[in-house]
Amino acid sequence: MTAKTTHLATYLGLLHHAEQTLTDSFVTVGHGHQAEADVYHTCESLARMSLEHEKQLAPVVARYGEQRRGEDVEEPERLHADGVAQVRAGAVGLLRDLQDLYLLATLVHSCWTVVLQGAQGARDQELIEIAQHCMGETSRQLTWLQTRIKVSAPQALLVAG
Amino acid sequence: MDRIADIWGTRTPHDRATVWPARVDSYLADGITEAQVDKWVSSACLLCSNGCGCDIAVKDGRMVGIRGRGTDVINHGRLGPKGLYGSTPFASSGDRLTRPLIREGGELVETTWDVAMGKVVEVSQRLLREKGPLSHGFYTSGQLFLEEYYTLAVIGKAGIGTPHMDGNTRLCTATAAAAMKESFGCDGQPGSYTDIDWCDALFLFGHNMPETQTVLWMRVLDRISGGQPPKIVCVDPRRTMVADAAERTGGVHLAPRPGTNQALMNGLTRELIVNGWHDRAWIDAHTLGFDDLAAIVEPYTPEHVGDICDIDPADLRRAAAVFGESERVLSTVLQGFYQSHQATAASVAVNNLHLLRGMIGKPGAGILQMNGQPTAQNNRECGADGDLPGFRNWDNEKHVQELAALWNVDPLVIPHWAPPTHAMQMMRYVEQGSISFLWISATNPAVSMPESARIRAILSGDQCFVVVQDLFLTETARLADVVLPAAGWGEKTGTFTNVTRTVHLSDKAVEPPGEARSDLDIFLLYAERMGFTDSDTAPLVRWRTPEEAFAAWQECSRGRPVDYTGLSYEQLRGPTGIAWPCNADAPDGTDRLYTDPVFPTDTDQCENYGHDLLTGGTVTRQEYQAIDPAGRAFLKGAPYQPPHEQVSADYPLLYSTGRTVYHFHTRTKTARARALQQAAPDAWVELSQHDAEALGIAEGDRVSVQSPRGRIEVQARIGRVRPGAVFAPFHYGYWDLDAAGPDGGPARDANELTMTIWDPVSKQPLFKTAACRVTKIGDATEPAPAPSTAASAPPQGRPAPATAGGEPTGARIVTTPHYPNDPSLGTDSPAPASTVAGSAR
Repeated sequence: MTAKTTHLATYLGLLHHAEQTLTDSFVTVGHGHQAEADVYHTCESLARMSLEHEKQLAPVVARYGEQRRGEDVEEPERLHADGVAQVRAGAVGLLRDLQDLYLLATLVHSCWTVVLQGAQGARDQELIEIAQHCMGETSRQLTWLQTRIKVSAPQALLVAG
Repeated sequence: MDRIADIWGTRTPHDRATVWPARVDSYLADGITEAQVDKWVSSACLLCSNGCGCDIAVKDGRMVGIRGRGTDVINHGRLGPKGLYGSTPFASSGDRLTRPLIREGGELVETTWDVAMGKVVEVSQRLLREKGPLSHGFYTSGQLFLEEYYTLAVIGKAGIGTPHMDGNTRLCTATAAAAMKESFGCDGQPGSYTDIDWCDALFLFGHNMPETQTVLWMRVLDRISGGQPPKIVCVDPRRTMVADAAERTGGVHLAPRPGTNQALMNGLTRELIVNGWHDRAWIDAHTLGFDDLAAIVEPYTPEHVGDICDIDPADLRRAAAVFGESERVLSTVLQGFYQSHQATAASVAVNNLHLLRGMIGKPGAGILQMNGQPTAQNNRECGADGDLPGFRNWDNEKHVQELAALWNVDPLVIPHWAPPTHAMQMMRYVEQGSISFLWISATNPAVSMPESARIRAILSGDQCFVVVQDLFLTETARLADVVLPAAGWGEKTGTFTNVTRTVHLSDKAVEPPGEARSDLDIFLLYAERMGFTDSDTAPLVRWRTPEEAFAAWQECSRGRPVDYTGLSYEQLRGPTGIAWPCNADAPDGTDRLYTDPVFPTDTDQCENYGHDLLTGGTVTRQEYQAIDPAGRAFLKGAPYQPPHEQVSADYPLLYSTGRTVYHFHTRTKTARARALQQAAPDAWVELSQHDAEALGIAEGDRVSVQSPRGRIEVQARIGRVRPGAVFAPFHYGYWDLDAAGPDGGPARDANELTMTIWDPVSKQPLFKTAACRVTKIGDATEPAPAPSTAASAPPQGRPAPATAGGEPTGARIVTTPHYPNDPSLGTDSPAPASTVAGSAR
């Protein structure tokens, strides 16, 4: 199969873009909330993780091609997830920023799900392994975000100034 | 004998698998003789985590000395220099707090208990009304008694209902607990000190035992000087006495670059796997996760690890061979791992090594995830820290229901939507003002927490009402709004439990000074004045005495791995401490866990469902149930990650903090003991000879040590740290300079430089990975005030100023009594199968 005959390229484009957005957003949120030491350092680690996913996509993109935005994309993105450009302040702000990261990571996760399904249909062992690995790591990102949100929520909602 | 000069005393050598001979150490002040002592009161030593049984000498209503208990399983009569010289002088120190203090017009002034507690209760009730329970935080200690922690836990978790409770145990033993939860499903030390009597190899991972647990090190030294001595392997960036012992016994000293422990551990793990030094049948029967672990460690060849850690790959191979080929291996772990980068992952990796060989639950084949403080274990058990009482799982509704039924409260009152808040997060909430009532008992965060200037600013701000309960006007107490004078060791009754689960009773020997009250009485007074009630409007806290509190705790522990129901005060006044679980099934206690080996990993047994070692993200109940551990232990791995703060041109050296043998914590007690204070009177910093020469620094020069967060000015010791590393003792604050901080003068608290950062799983602050620079600011007039008797000694061959001056102590060799866990009673089980067959071969 070639890129011309498959929508996998479209999804690789969507995925690549989503991972890039997530990487940038982890960096932004981490640096913006440096006073929360664990958020800062964990976001740095998780940004590195997403960046690594982007690198792992490279050989696959080389084979299938990649369609990003533009007229030739047959199913253009309607939901534009632009990422977290700047952080909010305070305890509730942190909560909202973590929630935004959660949404972005969910998008990445569902992209990997679709790509993994496609890879299985295409019997592409390399892509299957990459997708399984990266999906697992995206789950780890989601688990941390979920954990941190749960820990922060009561304090932010009930007592923070 | 001068036990300042001779820290470990004379040797009583013994052969492998024979009982450690008894030797009764004692010290009496002011030339008092044993015949003049009015009474001896049973207790255990509170000046390190070892838990040595002892008796307190009382004369004319005053504590005048101490004697080791020859019949106690922990110490066989011995005591260390801190226990001997430092246990009692604090009690009669002229600067004890004897009346409550309250802040008026910016100054702390003396007041009555009625006024002081009235103020505490007024603020507490107002905040509960206005902001609710999340406005309250309690930060406690590793030095109170079990009865006090449990009472505080009930007050905090069921009376107020706040998740914000932690202890300074977060700074010393949180990783020990976390590592055991990750590997075995629950806190609870697998091993026994008798494993030292049995082992063929002893691995000390980041554990400077000669200084942190001197009596335990005596036990090791007596094995080394007897027949069939164990090989010692030391992992430490300093050339400690452990490293010297490693050389003497044909073992190995690995001195990794600070921050790289996980790479080293992955290398050792890989060696066990590729050389067939693992027991595949045992692994399959009793563990989960082998394939994932093997895949994670695969890239860590000795050469790769050598590059990361800056060690010789051949040394790594030799160390792995000692682990792989010895019949019985004992490992101990302490702050070199717990307070360093990837703390939980690296400590779990030690558990992994033992699980790979089935080296657990057998004499000499054990693990000691050490504690830093004498009662840290009780804080973990009772839930005055970031745990629920009785090792219950906050994420398990059944466990929360059990507590709610026990306390007769609505389960919703007990915060369990997330893990209880850890100390560093609590300080952040205080900083932000969302915690506006903070009660600190028996600890000194102004000196002991990372980034001291930040902590001082947080505690002295107006955004939070701070209550401090202590023996003395510590640096932290100086920043408080109300200071409550507490009774100390020997002035109150209670139990505490050491690192091997061994419970001791410490009886009241003398009256506390002035109006000082026991911590239990203070918490009970607060509970009474607050009017905490249960669902039937009966008083929530129904006990008045330590023994009643102990009974309440026993009920809480019933059926849990930490079962105390078989113990009693009467029994604990007997010849020796007793290790839990102690119940109808094990009426004499339990020397060693996991002899079956069934681990408490069952879904409704475990203390938590585990974490991602990289991020601390929690595993859910559903995910855990799907794994169905059913009594099997976990093998969990993690790749090495570079530390968060790397060296740079501005900060080219790696900074690490630690203890000296003569002091405990922030010297609250030890600096008030003349011999101990003179042995290590002031702060210093240790540099390698290599770095000192490059920086033009000589022994005793005054230097500035600076990190991006702060600086100290101290004298330099040309010492035994590895090149590139710098070591500073963490004991020295400012209270004896009559201040809470440097106040514009030169700073000396090692934590001025450390980072606000913690391990993602254990939440233990990382004191051993920061970058710094060292510059000379003045010529030496005398050598650095660093002891020359331990790891702070100058390198071999260089002149060492003498460290001495302890008054004479007794050391009596007595007939070795019968101990219930005496190795020569033949309680040995067959040698681990893998050592015989090498089953993977």
